[in-house]
Amino acid sequence: MNDILYRIGAVARHIPPLAIYIVGVLPAFWFLYLGLTGGLGVEPIKALEHELGLFGLQLFIVVLAVSPLRRHTGISLFRIRRALGLLVFYYITLHLLVWLFLDVQIWSQIWGDILKRPYITIGMAGFVLLIPLAVTSNNWSVRKLGARRWRTLHRLTYAAAILGGVHHVMVAKTWQIEPMIYLGLILVLLALRLRWNRVGVAA
Amino acid sequence: MPARWKNDLNWSDVTPKAVYLSRRQWMAGAGALAAGAFAGPGMAGITTVPSRYSTDEAPNALEEITGYNNFYEFGTGKEDPADNAHRLTTDPWSVTIDGLVDKPGSYDLADILAGLTLEERIYRLRCVEAWSMVVPWVGFELATLLDRVGVQPSARYVYFETLVRPEEMPGQRYPILDWPYREGLRLDEAMHPLTLLATGLYGEEMPNQNGAPIRLVVPWKYGFKSIKSIVRISLVEDQPEATWNMQNPREYGFYSNVNPEVDHPRWSQASERKIGGGLFARRVPTQMFNGYGDEVAGLYAGMDLAKFY
Repeated sequence: MNDILYRIGAVARHIPPLAIYIVGVLPAFWFLYLGLTGGLGVEPIKALEHELGLFGLQLFIVVLAVSPLRRHTGISLFRIRRALGLLVFYYITLHLLVWLFLDVQIWSQIWGDILKRPYITIGMAGFVLLIPLAVTSNNWSVRKLGARRWRTLHRLTYAAAILGGVHHVMVAKTWQIEPMIYLGLILVLLALRLRWNRVGVAA
Repeated sequence: MPARWKNDLNWSDVTPKAVYLSRRQWMAGAGALAAGAFAGPGMAGITTVPSRYSTDEAPNALEEITGYNNFYEFGTGKEDPADNAHRLTTDPWSVTIDGLVDKPGSYDLADILAGLTLEERIYRLRCVEAWSMVVPWVGFELATLLDRVGVQPSARYVYFETLVRPEEMPGQRYPILDWPYREGLRLDEAMHPLTLLATGLYGEEMPNQNGAPIRLVVPWKYGFKSIKSIVRISLVEDQPEATWNMQNPREYGFYSNVNPEVDHPRWSQASERKIGGGLFARRVPTQMFNGYGDEVAGLYAGMDLAKFY
């Protein structure tokens, strides 16, 4: 078992970030192609919006899993974590753009929706938190801010993830299982960190 | 120079539209067929008469009407009903009519339909989720049935229930909603000539995913009021329970008339998107009472529709 983990780990460590960027941007084009050719059903706007948002949320969960994965299995994806994080921003931005330009369309309504509709307020807040994270996801920013401040800033990730998960739960008309599972995963991945921190302090 | 990969597949290599359409229709009609309803009028097309209540707007394609449905009994996804509804047995089917009526009883669907003239009613359908369609329903006025069973003077509301059969309705295995699905109308709304009991669409028997074999259609209200696969109609004195209203009374009122001025708490109802416009479909303004104001506004004279939403 450990041998297998070791081998997976050896491969995972060597995945070049560039490959993640290249492969990672492609699904968006696939969704767009499906939407243009009827592959997303008879209401492609909502479907495209949903696919992009969901894919962003799924990638977000992968990003949050990077630390626990290394801690528990030794498999390190740290080399590609930045790429995965920026892809989260890419998909959530596209999700927002589809909502703005294809779904709502009416500019006077958009601001009202952001203020009046809690699930949109929450989703939007999550997106806003992602902006400083995306902007500082480069070596220059780490140097400029210093590792400690940079890490503090990037704790915003946790808040953004919770907001995204809650937004997803609130979109549905009823309490549905699937969005609860995503939110549950996010909370579990964050709770694992709390425990280490405490263990870390005790040790 | 290496030879580039060339796509030698054409659209003609994809399953032809006629084949997949007929496959879907077969699945939709399988319930009716399997039960041996050879005498059913649906197979050869239902004879209908046109109606002055029909809109002259172009109906949505059959594929759109049968492929994009909210029917949580078969799952919460829009395509779940089309995928799962073929399991539903719609023959035999009976409807219990009870409460404040002169002739209560369990009526076989065939007896309900006997001697009725079915009309084609092309109605706009406005979903509470801010999308819309135009559907060529086949049906008859609910008032015809209510007159036949004799509504007693003390009755003020009509209550409806959908079938509960989790073996055939997989969505009912989960408490997504408080089953059975139930809905209600005020008696004057129920007796209005626009209020339809529909048994088909596009001149054929009702596809299962659209609420076979018999469903309500109230075109000036949000779609969820138009309860599907009805097994019970009760005449009652007090305002009855309605599923979405029970689920979330702030978001779904008992009346739920289409009203562009009263927003759903989570989205605006001022505009809608007609299904079928593709990725760049524009929104269009939603009409008061879904455009049926001339016929039905009088039912609500003097009522504050922001309060009784």
